[in-house]
Amino acid sequence: MEWMAWTLPTAIFFIVIGLILVGMTVWQMVTPGVKRRGFLPISTTRGDRLFITLLAAGYGHLMLLGLTVWPLWIATLASVVAFVIIMKWG
Amino acid sequence: MDKIHNNKAWLLVLPVFALVAFSAIVPLMTVVNYSVQDIFGPNNRYFVGTEWFSQLLRDPLLHNSLLRQFGFSFSVLAIEIPLGIVIALSMPRRGLGVPTCLILLSLPLLIPWNVVGTIWQIIGRGDIGLYGWALNEVGIDYNYAANPTDAWITVLIMDVWHWTSLVALLCYSGLRAIPDVYYQAARIDRASHWAVFRYIQLPKLKNVLLIAVMLRFMDSFMIYTEPFVLTGGGPGTSTTFLSQTLTKMAVGQFDIGRAAAFSLIYFLIILLVTWLFYTAMTHTDDKA
Repeated sequence: MEWMAWTLPTAIFFIVIGLILVGMTVWQMVTPGVKRRGFLPISTTRGDRLFITLLAAGYGHLMLLGLTVWPLWIATLASVVAFVIIMKWG
Repeated sequence: MDKIHNNKAWLLVLPVFALVAFSAIVPLMTVVNYSVQDIFGPNNRYFVGTEWFSQLLRDPLLHNSLLRQFGFSFSVLAIEIPLGIVIALSMPRRGLGVPTCLILLSLPLLIPWNVVGTIWQIIGRGDIGLYGWALNEVGIDYNYAANPTDAWITVLIMDVWHWTSLVALLCYSGLRAIPDVYYQAARIDRASHWAVFRYIQLPKLKNVLLIAVMLRFMDSFMIYTEPFVLTGGGPGTSTTFLSQTLTKMAVGQFDIGRAAAFSLIYFLIILLVTWLFYTAMTHTDDKA
C-alpha cells in the first residue's frame, strides 16, 4: 500500500465515502426508495440525490479554497447541511 | 411453482469489478492521496493539506488554459454540430452514392491523432504546404507558427476536418431511422422543407445529437496530441489547452502533488458537464 502514498485525512475521506455507500445500500434494502420529484428540476432516486450532493460538495470545497481564506470545515459543514436538505426535499 | 431467488450470479460480476478497481478506482484514490502532498520521491513526501488546490485555483495559468479550453470546445461544437447536420441532410438516401459517401466520411476518423497533427503541420506550411502556400500566394499573411490567431484557426480547422464526419454519420443514422410515414404526412400537409426539418427531423435527431454533442465535448476537452504536434502549444501559450498544461506540470516539472490536484479539478469539471449532458439526455421525457 506504500505506493499509494496514503495519508490520514485521505484515508478518513475514503472510509467516510465507503461508509456512506454501505449505509445507503443498507437503507435501500431495509426501506426501498422510489424515484420522486422534489425541489430539484428532475425526478431523482436516493442515489441520484447522493451523487448530486457529493458533486455539489466537491465544487463547494473548491470554491471555498479558491475564493476565500476561510477554514475548510465551513464547506464540510455546509455540505452536510446540503446533504440533509437534498436527501429530504430534493 | 415458486421462483428460486439465487444471487450467486453476482459472483460472476466480481472479475469486472476487480478490473475496474485496478484500472480506475485505485489510481483515482492514489491521485487523491498525491494531491494533498508534496512528493519528492518514493519515501520522501510531505503532507501539505489543501495548499495545492488553493494555489491552483488562484493560478492565472490554470484560468487561462481553462478559458482557452472552453473556448475551443464550444467553437468545435458550434461548427461541427450544424455542419454535421447539413452534411447528413445532403447525403443521398439510396444508390451507389450511399457507400461512397460513407467511406469518404469515415476516412478522417480512421487517421490517428498524431498523424492528423503531422498532416496539418505540413499542409499549413508556407513553403511546401498546399494550404499555407495558397493563402500566402493570394496575399493573406498566414503563419501558424508565429501568429496566435492563425494557430487557433488551424487547430480548429484540423479538429473540424477530423471529427465532423462522426457527427455527420451519427445524424445520418438518426435520419435513416425516421419512418417514411412522417414524410408522407408532411407532404399531405404541404409542409415546407424548413417545417419538415424543424418539426420532424430535428426532434427525431435529438437523442443522436445529444450523443454527438457529448462525445465531441469530452473529446475536444481532452485534446492533446493534435495541437501538441501542430504547434507545441504555441505561439507562446496560445494553443496550450488543459491537458497539455497538466502534462507539463506532471511530466515536465515532475510536480506530482500539484498535477494531482490539477487532475482532480479537471476530473470534477468533466464529471459535472458529462452528468449535465447525461441528465438532459435521460430526463427529457420525464413528466413525473
